Amino acid sequence: MTAKLVQLTVNGREEHIAADGLISLQQVLREKLDYNTVKDGCTQGGCGACSVLVDGELALACLLPVSRLEGAEITTLEGLNESNSAGVIQESFVEHSAAQCGFCTSGMIISAKALLDENPTPSRDDIMEAISGNLCRCTGYLPIIEAVQSAAGKLAKGGDGE
Amino acid sequence: MAKKRGTGMAAVSYPIGMHLGGDPTGALVHATSGGNFVVAMSSVDLGQGLKTVMAQIAAEALGVPLDTVIIDTGDTDTGPHCSGTGASRTTHRAGNAVIAAAKEARSAMLDVAAEMLEVSAADLETDGKGNIHVAGVEEKSVSVAETVQAGTFQFGKTIAGRGLFLVPKSPQDPETGESDPHSTQAHACTVAEVEVDTESGEVEVLSLKSAYEIGRQINPELVKGQIVGGAWMAIGHTLCETTAPYYPTTEHAPLDFLNYGMTGVAEMPEVECELLEFPSPSGPFGAKGVGEMVANSPIPAIVNAINNALDLDISDIPVTPEVILRALDAQAAGAD
Repeated sequence: MTAKLVQLTVNGREEHIAADGLISLQQVLREKLDYNTVKDGCTQGGCGACSVLVDGELALACLLPVSRLEGAEITTLEGLNESNSAGVIQESFVEHSAAQCGFCTSGMIISAKALLDENPTPSRDDIMEAISGNLCRCTGYLPIIEAVQSAAGKLAKGGDGE
Repeated sequence: MAKKRGTGMAAVSYPIGMHLGGDPTGALVHATSGGNFVVAMSSVDLGQGLKTVMAQIAAEALGVPLDTVIIDTGDTDTGPHCSGTGASRTTHRAGNAVIAAAKEARSAMLDVAAEMLEVSAADLETDGKGNIHVAGVEEKSVSVAETVQAGTFQFGKTIAGRGLFLVPKSPQDPETGESDPHSTQAHACTVAEVEVDTESGEVEVLSLKSAYEIGRQINPELVKGQIVGGAWMAIGHTLCETTAPYYPTTEHAPLDFLNYGMTGVAEMPEVECELLEFPSPSGPFGAKGVGEMVANSPIPAIVNAINNALDLDISDIPVTPEVILRALDAQAAGAD
């Protein structure tokens, strides 16, 4: 099979990827480009640990063949560190002890970021729905819900994570 | 067909750690030339906060600031022995080893400071902020960092300590079953409320209210994290999780997250817990342990609540909708 050359923008940087067959966005981000927040969890869309933003929309990187992403803009947690709302979400995760082993955390924060971009004043049910595709084996979810609620409150007050 | 509610209770007495083959864990503490203290061990931080708890214990026993303690762990090729991070044992076992190592290192540190200040080491105190001073004479002091450097460059003394905590082997007497399992015991009691749909067999856990007695809490925020996480894991184990749904055969064994049923965020009820602290005489600063045991009382409490709601006597987990519907069918057949 011949490789197809695909151009992506990852966290603002232009990348040219030789995409063989069904190689996934998760494999490219983690193994070729060293974005280690994109976890290799189940590789079948069942755990949410590889969540990223593709053109601003929440996506599971393990289910996306790179060959179909020509021209796409990809954002991983590494790319969000400098933007304001992700910093506030991270701070809230720390304050509410919403991370234990940390394996789900980057996917959780990406899902929370996608939610808050679309709905700055989510209800508890909205938050539960937004993170329902992200498995966490440690926390029992309650601290994560609290962290996202708290981040939403801070962002509504104009917090910029500085 | 209806939705029926029930309440169930269960209590556990949990012996911390293992004993049948002996249960040792070690720690080594040494000062760096920069004035920090490294605690070398092999117990693992898998998210429960072991590094935080061990750093708190080491800082307290050394008498130095928390942020000057570095926990170096996770590699059994290079660290002192740990019998395993499990059985709710690590706070108790490794904590005791860290205290022993830290005490020996503290003693070596105070010996050097005593030479520097030309006083007896027995008269020295630490302020926990990085200074050592003569008791009652705070101006007669040296910093911990200066002391460590003097130990290295002036006096040629290593500031370090060894700790090994061993709960000895206590095999069961084959005649009587007698053994000594409890170096220390933690306790928990959970009350569960459930609602069962008798048509679908589905169970909703409405609330889990627990009391825990785990000795002194070294870090209450981390304790709460264990209890809430354990409550969720218990709901999954009770209602759906199994690696062998047709045990003892392995047929239909789930091999991935799509087929291994876990309850999700929406199934998580509010979890309330009260902590009672009866310090353990054998524990590090009175601590016992709170790890594995956090799933132990919620599971039977939820099963008892289901039995209470439906007047059944289920005693195996998971209590899936299939199990409930078959039990209700048998109950109806028995009543005919």
